[in-house]
Amino acid sequence: MIVEIGHFALILALFVAALQGTLSMIGTHRRDASLMAIAAPAALVQLALVMLSFAALTWAFVTSDFSVLNVAQNSHTAKPMLYKISGVWGNHEGSMLLWALVLALYGGAIAAFGNNLRPSLKVRVLGVQALIATGILAFVLLTSNPFLRLSPAPVNGNGLNPLLQDPGLAFHPPLLYLGYVGLSITFSFAVAALIEGRVDTAWARWVRPWTLAAWGFLTAGIVLGSWWAYYELGWGGWWFWDPVENASFMPWLAATALLHSAIVSEKRDTLKSWTIFLAIIAFALSLLGTFLVRSGVITSVHAFASDPTRGVFILLLLVVTIGGAFALFAWRGPSLKGSGLFQPISREGGLLLNNFLLMVAAASILLGTLYPLFIDVLELGKVSVGAPYFESVFIPMMIPMILVMGIAPFLKWKRGNISSASGQLKIAAMITVIGGGLSWLIIDRANALAAFGIALAIWLFVATLIELAGRVKLFRVPFSDSIKRLLRQPRASWGMTLAHAGLAIAIAGMTASSAWRVEKIQVMKFGDSVDVAGYTYTLNSVNEFLGPNYKATRGRFSVTRGDSFSLVLQPEKRVYSTRGMSTTEAAIHPTFLGDLYAVVGDRDKKSGGYITRLYFNPLVPWMWAGSLIMVLGAGISLSDRRHRIGAPAKSKIVPRGAPAE
Amino acid sequence: MNRLMYYVPLVLLGILAVYFSAGLGRNPATLESVLINQQVPEFSLPPIEGSSKGIAKVDLKDQVVLVNIFGSWCKACWIEHPFLIDLKEKGVVPVYGINWRESNRQAGPRWLKKFGDPYTLIGDDPKSKGAIAFGVSGAPETFFVNKHGIIRYKHMGPITEQNWNDTLKPILEALRKE
Repeated sequence: MIVEIGHFALILALFVAALQGTLSMIGTHRRDASLMAIAAPAALVQLALVMLSFAALTWAFVTSDFSVLNVAQNSHTAKPMLYKISGVWGNHEGSMLLWALVLALYGGAIAAFGNNLRPSLKVRVLGVQALIATGILAFVLLTSNPFLRLSPAPVNGNGLNPLLQDPGLAFHPPLLYLGYVGLSITFSFAVAALIEGRVDTAWARWVRPWTLAAWGFLTAGIVLGSWWAYYELGWGGWWFWDPVENASFMPWLAATALLHSAIVSEKRDTLKSWTIFLAIIAFALSLLGTFLVRSGVITSVHAFASDPTRGVFILLLLVVTIGGAFALFAWRGPSLKGSGLFQPISREGGLLLNNFLLMVAAASILLGTLYPLFIDVLELGKVSVGAPYFESVFIPMMIPMILVMGIAPFLKWKRGNISSASGQLKIAAMITVIGGGLSWLIIDRANALAAFGIALAIWLFVATLIELAGRVKLFRVPFSDSIKRLLRQPRASWGMTLAHAGLAIAIAGMTASSAWRVEKIQVMKFGDSVDVAGYTYTLNSVNEFLGPNYKATRGRFSVTRGDSFSLVLQPEKRVYSTRGMSTTEAAIHPTFLGDLYAVVGDRDKKSGGYITRLYFNPLVPWMWAGSLIMVLGAGISLSDRRHRIGAPAKSKIVPRGAPAE
Repeated sequence: MNRLMYYVPLVLLGILAVYFSAGLGRNPATLESVLINQQVPEFSLPPIEGSSKGIAKVDLKDQVVLVNIFGSWCKACWIEHPFLIDLKEKGVVPVYGINWRESNRQAGPRWLKKFGDPYTLIGDDPKSKGAIAFGVSGAPETFFVNKHGIIRYKHMGPITEQNWNDTLKPILEALRKE
């Protein structure tokens, strides 16, 4: 019964969304206040209905109702409760329902907190949002209905893919969706602004917090996925340039560009059509990612059930949504003239250059991801594009970007002057050269590129800190005054400082873990010792035991370094009984300088020992810490009063070119 | 900016959409190789470093064998590797390896030394001679060759327990009866 309520609520939600979309559009076009008044309540009703529907599906999973096809295919009574719940979105149908839920959530948030928006803009945003929701809800109901019944009901279910039975991955999809479905709001803002033919600084100010929220969630979601790959796949790698990973990374690059471009639009009333373009493209890449993952046009190690009818539907949705937006853009874009002019060397200039680099990087990743498809369609054979392409294309583009990231915050708006900041930049450059040189001399002389990567990280970190020091006039006013100034820094600028410094720390982690990883793979018998980067690993024992729904082999390593350091690592290899699949659970001990990482494999029949893989992954914890600092920066910036939803606009800039309404 | 520039995104989207709709009907994982149901091409590859015997067409005679294209650079090969070792240990079927496009002579042998060697014989193929003869499109790829030296099936991507049990094992059993 509850399942039928959920199903019915979803159908109702589709109708509410369709009504909300069409009435909002007609209402704003005719300036009919009574029609316009429907938008906000409708968005909230739509949210309530989708929530009810999602709750019903969750209930079916929690109670293991195997008369529901989706539950039978993806759940099992022996599964721990956490994975019964995460099983709701651990499959195609449920994850699309989550997509719809997040979409409705953002729509509801605009309806509830968007009172400071211009009424016509708010209703148009809700209208566009509802039209997207109509498409997605129709997609769920017509091609991916999670509420279909199964008769007769099986005694037990198939179980969730064991790789997905992991706390990291349980929360990965919701965060990721909060991120890239969150870009739907900036898309709706962009389309609404194009329909109104009006992009002003107020518009840019409204868009920024939503972009920031989506960006923060997206960053967190990607990092969580990468962390999962790092400890669950057992190879010590954390990024594989897999199409599915790229599908989440491209919107991230576009959202990063949008975040910065919106600042320019707000502060300087320029780059308007570029900001609009980025808002459209960011969501386009999200939809494209959904299409690539769900349609099966691209092969990926992430095996999702793919189905051509679903592909046709999403493709249609993509073409209508994004094609419509681009058509509007072609029509209205040229009339969006900005008023703020700027010189190439200025903060706008730096932001624009980096925007450009981010988008070229996204485009080249898109090309690499789609290249196999192009070649296939042109009947030129089948190819796969791997990490070497992406690395050789992506990394060189990031080098100038990071250099500019260090400089641009020092430049003034409109017309900057490098020489005014050259003293501070010289200090940063000196520290960079010394730091990079030391890492080359001391750590690894054979790998100059790695030292270069570390130097870039130092450059960004030091330049960011010096810029902060300049803002609080460190050493130029009494120290206590500097502290006072530090505390009075607006939260939005803390956001920038944290995000940039976090990226610097993460770059150091990425460079070191790629360049200086120590890997030892061998057969070990009990009592054998192996030396890994100065740590001695001794295999003490290997035991077998039973988990809730798996059989596990657990190795026990004692790790020592000199007399002062000793600990025990217990990696596991699990075989899940319901699907007969096995997973590795690496044992990881993070230290300041890197992760001690151990994996136990199969028994070697010849010698009676066990295959073990032992790693030292340098600075990997820095990568996670740096990424978290970036997310923290987004959170702090979001809490800035100037961004807070509902806070009155304090800007003195009068919107330009506003038509009389 | 030129007004026409604003149409560029729309045009690009249109082109992409054409490719996507053409791509939808295809399954990137299955491929009709021109060599299916053809004789194994004439090929002969030198041994990899540290080994004395390479691989040639005559080595595949009179038995059902798998020919597996691999490289230490290919991450998906790492995934299937333990399963190939398993096949060897259980004596399921001889697997012949073509070590494709290593960046240096040592990379392949070093990799096999670390993870174990599941292959009956291995040919070194830095210049893609063998890969071209077999019409390889990517690694890993596995060809099923019957007793008469005819390629009967080609599997793209890693062999896993699941696709082995579902698809490949029945094919192997059918080939044994040919």
